[in-house]
Amino acid sequence: MRLVRYLPAVLVLAVAVLPLAVPWLKIVLTVALAKGLAVLGVVVLLRAGQVSFGHAMFFAASAYSAAFLMRGFAGADLVVLLLAGMVCSGTLGAVIGLFVVRYRYIFFGMLNLAFSMVLYALLEKMFHITGGSDGMAVGRPTYLGLELARTSFETALFYTSLGLAGAACWFVHRFLCSPLGEALSAIRTNETRLEYLGISARWILLIAYVLSAVLAGLGGSIIAVNQGVVTPDLGYWIRSGEFVFIAILGGAGHVLGAFAGALIYELVRFYAAAMAANVWQMILGFVLLGIILFASRGIVGLYRDLAALASGSRSHREPLR
Amino acid sequence: MDPILLVLATLDGIAYAALVFLVAVGLTLIFGVMRILNVAHGAFYAIGGYAAASLVLSISDADFSPWLSFPALLVAAMGVGAALGLVIERFLLRHIYAKEEVLQLLVTFAAFMILEDVQRLVWGVQPYSATDPVRLLGTVDVMGIPYNAYQIILLPVIAVMVLLGLRWFLRRTLSGKVITAVTEDRETAIAMGIDARKVFTVTFVIGAVLAALGGALASPTTAIQLGLGAEMIVLSFAVVATAGLGQVEGAALAALLIGLGRSFAVYLVPELDVLVPYMIMVLVLLFRPQGLFAVAEKRRI
Repeated sequence: MRLVRYLPAVLVLAVAVLPLAVPWLKIVLTVALAKGLAVLGVVVLLRAGQVSFGHAMFFAASAYSAAFLMRGFAGADLVVLLLAGMVCSGTLGAVIGLFVVRYRYIFFGMLNLAFSMVLYALLEKMFHITGGSDGMAVGRPTYLGLELARTSFETALFYTSLGLAGAACWFVHRFLCSPLGEALSAIRTNETRLEYLGISARWILLIAYVLSAVLAGLGGSIIAVNQGVVTPDLGYWIRSGEFVFIAILGGAGHVLGAFAGALIYELVRFYAAAMAANVWQMILGFVLLGIILFASRGIVGLYRDLAALASGSRSHREPLR
Repeated sequence: MDPILLVLATLDGIAYAALVFLVAVGLTLIFGVMRILNVAHGAFYAIGGYAAASLVLSISDADFSPWLSFPALLVAAMGVGAALGLVIERFLLRHIYAKEEVLQLLVTFAAFMILEDVQRLVWGVQPYSATDPVRLLGTVDVMGIPYNAYQIILLPVIAVMVLLGLRWFLRRTLSGKVITAVTEDRETAIAMGIDARKVFTVTFVIGAVLAALGGALASPTTAIQLGLGAEMIVLSFAVVATAGLGQVEGAALAALLIGLGRSFAVYLVPELDVLVPYMIMVLVLLFRPQGLFAVAEKRRI
């Protein structure tokens, strides 16, 4: 029964070690980690009870910034690409955030969707700059000044992503425990009382919004380098829907939920999507309904129930965050 | 600007606004009554379009009179709207009326994802279009410019009829007044003995039929293909948000504003045509966060 308590640690270790044994798994896991970072961004906003149907725009913005950087300065370093992606998505997040944090719920979700559709349309239409729907190739950057061969670069990228994911988890966890994070939860429970305490809900939400944009942007840069090509699809609403889906699947109760959700999602997709390419969205839709109606705390909730069962105590029920 | 282009842009804008209005008014009606933003509304539009195009095409294949394509558009819209509306309201929305707003949004989003693949499975990836109705009605001269009568006469007439019909229904009939009562104050309405569930079902079906009608009427002039539903839900949300959620007459004006804005952009700055509706929406919302015609709600503590 002790095993259940160590389950997360065992899984993290498995993710870290498995690619050594099964090399082709690296790419899939890197994609999962990159998406997990974006999902973590969605989870931050879910804390405030807000859902963004357009977070793929930050994913795409930083992916394209990496592509433009590689085109402008061949042989730029991975660190530069990641930093540039974060700056780019953070700036975009601040500008769009200034507008969307005035709204809640329906408006918040749909305005994000509207902005992401605009970015998608621009990326697709300005083909003389962005290559249209064919996208742009992204060369292999140097890694801390080293020019690595393909396989060793992939390994390096995977472990960098794993490290970044760990750092992001720690940071977001600390952020959510901080007074700022508690104020963020208060937006969901009672915004008016928060304002009576003299705290500006918009300001809090803006900070969270920029943080979530930067997280999504970090994921986008990793994806761009990992795939070697960027297309407008990175910013399409289906991608945003995927992030929301994974966030709900993982459960918003704990930061690790984002990555647990992303890993499961990506592995299942890797095996099942080829068999069910035409009904993939449909399957996602039904699973999403199932989770919302029957297990609204996601994987995190299931794990907590399991852990409580193992230790013999009753689980403390938490509402979906 | 060339006067001919000016006239063309205006005509395009009116025709487009008529279609967008049909979808947007259904969306805003459902929101007004149920307080749910139905993301699957875009899918109703697309499926209405697919069904109408298939029906019209099969009529011309079977060598029936092409004039039958007009009732076919209507039948397809009613069938699709009623069937989808009933199923989704009964089996999905009914379980989530008491849940959080975020979850309601996610549930309709899930329905949208499912319906997107339903379209892919039933109609595949190739675009559908049924041009018979446009051809049959011929063209009319507007200030010396020939323009097809389907878009510039039939579509606006239908849109105006729907607007007037809805006004009459909501203000002059008992069922309409019951719906308005639930919109204004759900609790009091229920206390007065109104069956809110029935009202929800009826409203949702009306809204779904209107969306499907928009799609059906679009099918003669637009290629119905995958991805259309996503574009339409976002665009009609822009219209509804500009007007103010729940405003029926406002939606007509906002649709006209955004339709004209978009068609002028097509002629003047073609790269930006997709941006214009959202720029209009953002501009309006910056100065009037509740939309043009909505009254600000009181803060509840």
